[in-house]
Amino acid sequence: MSFTDLLDETRLSIFANKARSALTILGIVVGIAAVIVMVAIGQGAQASITKSIQAAGSDLLMVMPGFGGGGGFGGGVRSARGGALTLTTEDMAAIAKEVQGVKAVVPELQRRYQVIAGGNNTNTSIYGTNQDYPGVKNLTIAEGSFLTAEDVSSMSRICVLGATARDDLFGTGATGVVGQRVRINGLEFRVVGVAAAKGGSGFGNADDAIYIPLTCAQTLLAGDPHLTLIDVQATSADEMTVVKQGVTDLLLQRHHISDSAQADFNILSQQDILNTASTITGTFTIVLASIAGISLLVGGIGIMNMMLTAVTERTREIGLRKAIGAREGDISMQFLAESVALTGLGGLVGVLLGFLVSWGITQSGLTTTSVSGSSVLLAFAVSTGIGILFGYYPARRAAAMSPIEALRYQ
Amino acid sequence: MIAVEDVTKVYQSGAGAETIALDGVTLTVEDGEYVAIMGPSGSGKSTLMHILGCLDSPTAGRYLLDGQDVSEMSSDDLADVRNARIGFVFQAFNLLPRATVLRNVMLPLVYSGIPRARREELAVQALAAADLDEQLWDHLSNELSGGQMQRVAIARALINDPTLVLADEPTGNLDTKTGEIILQTFERLNEQGRTIVLITHEPDIAKHAKRVVHIQDGVVLSDERTSTAEEVRAR
Repeated sequence: MSFTDLLDETRLSIFANKARSALTILGIVVGIAAVIVMVAIGQGAQASITKSIQAAGSDLLMVMPGFGGGGGFGGGVRSARGGALTLTTEDMAAIAKEVQGVKAVVPELQRRYQVIAGGNNTNTSIYGTNQDYPGVKNLTIAEGSFLTAEDVSSMSRICVLGATARDDLFGTGATGVVGQRVRINGLEFRVVGVAAAKGGSGFGNADDAIYIPLTCAQTLLAGDPHLTLIDVQATSADEMTVVKQGVTDLLLQRHHISDSAQADFNILSQQDILNTASTITGTFTIVLASIAGISLLVGGIGIMNMMLTAVTERTREIGLRKAIGAREGDISMQFLAESVALTGLGGLVGVLLGFLVSWGITQSGLTTTSVSGSSVLLAFAVSTGIGILFGYYPARRAAAMSPIEALRYQ
Repeated sequence: MIAVEDVTKVYQSGAGAETIALDGVTLTVEDGEYVAIMGPSGSGKSTLMHILGCLDSPTAGRYLLDGQDVSEMSSDDLADVRNARIGFVFQAFNLLPRATVLRNVMLPLVYSGIPRARREELAVQALAAADLDEQLWDHLSNELSGGQMQRVAIARALINDPTLVLADEPTGNLDTKTGEIILQTFERLNEQGRTIVLITHEPDIAKHAKRVVHIQDGVVLSDERTSTAEEVRAR
């Protein structure tokens, strides 16, 4: 049996039962589309998280306060991890001065306070920091200016609003905010600038923030000289390891700790965060794809069911074909081709549908999706594989029929 | 020429009991003969037809088709033999529904690897030989009457120019008048030199053949030439 004849036969039998073929294909369409959409959502999430983490700079190390004494019991009373106060302005200055390969060091003292402007009221993150913050954190100023070194040393009561904080306090997209006054925890600050929106949402939203001079945060708001974070920017991404080691050694020495396992601080690079986030979104994608994969499996069983029905229904046809000279291979190829054609068609429509739905989800703004070529290719290979897998048994059954029995079948 | 030599067919039933369907049948059919094989149901005539049609292999004995022993061939080789040398006409026509007459007639050629361009030529010749109205050639097979369907089936049996046309109760599903026309078609084909073996249980139908073989309980009961070709023509 030639390939063109095979195609011809396949086309004929698929079109002979249009409604049934279409419904069977639908099972595969839904399965494939679901896999593509789910993987697209997963990868979209991964891409957007990666992007927002990278937006903060890939040459960045974050030094966070931690606990001495490592883990385990018997360490005495411990306060919450984030509440540990081990980093000081002096540590920061020392890092800037003594560690090789450091481009800039930025202190952060972050607390949440109630902020009032006119009749509006919001609870947002207040960052006490210095003039280097925008450069290190990729923050751009949309209006006015950022804090200056002068502002920090003279403890000026001024602030720079993040885009969301501006929206909450003065109305969405409000302009002419510079020069206005806001009250942070009851103290009045003058607005000198507004940062451009960085995007991103959820935790760690860089837009829902107000920046004030570190000195103000330490003395006027927190009443505490400790820092909640020190950002260290390396001269290049290649210097990261060296800088990380340098900062670790310096802080251990300054904090009089001999065993690095007992360190009272943690150093996290953007790469570490990126890796963790990738692991999480990767698992998320696998979970989503597995759920979608189940619907694909159900679709495959639908194909097998239809093929088995077809083999039974067409028993006499099989008998006739054998009587006039079809070999076993001809019969099994015919049924296998039919099942692969059904799943292949289903795969094709499913890929298109998957694209369409993913696009729709992105357009609707629910979440960003990204359809990868590999998931499309995989979906296609899987659907064809399903055709072979679930078509094989019915095809073998048809081929193995005795022509006499098949011809006699009523 | 086809020759069955001392052929035995034993079926094993589920409980282990053996049924002897054919018990040492010997039969030779020369080229150009028109033979009717008769017998009541259960006589073994269907089994003999299956062996003659290479649909089944004998348990013992030899079957020579054009001098070639086909009794111990594999199922794929038998398929090739059926494709090249045997034309089947069934009681139930067994056409592909929702396929055109031409497509039905050309179906055996799909399995013999004859190029597409040549197939239609052969189908046209076969349809003309089976005497089917030309305007029906593009109709779907399920739009035809029983007599027309059987003509399509005959054309399909003829398309590979077989050694043997094997007809199993070809008029069983037709009324007497249509059946008569089909039988005339077989007679005409026989006059043109086709070897025809007709399986039937009706004496009225068997008498159209030039030779009648009676089978009962798996053995040949009688084998007689009923009429000469001239007598058939005179009827």
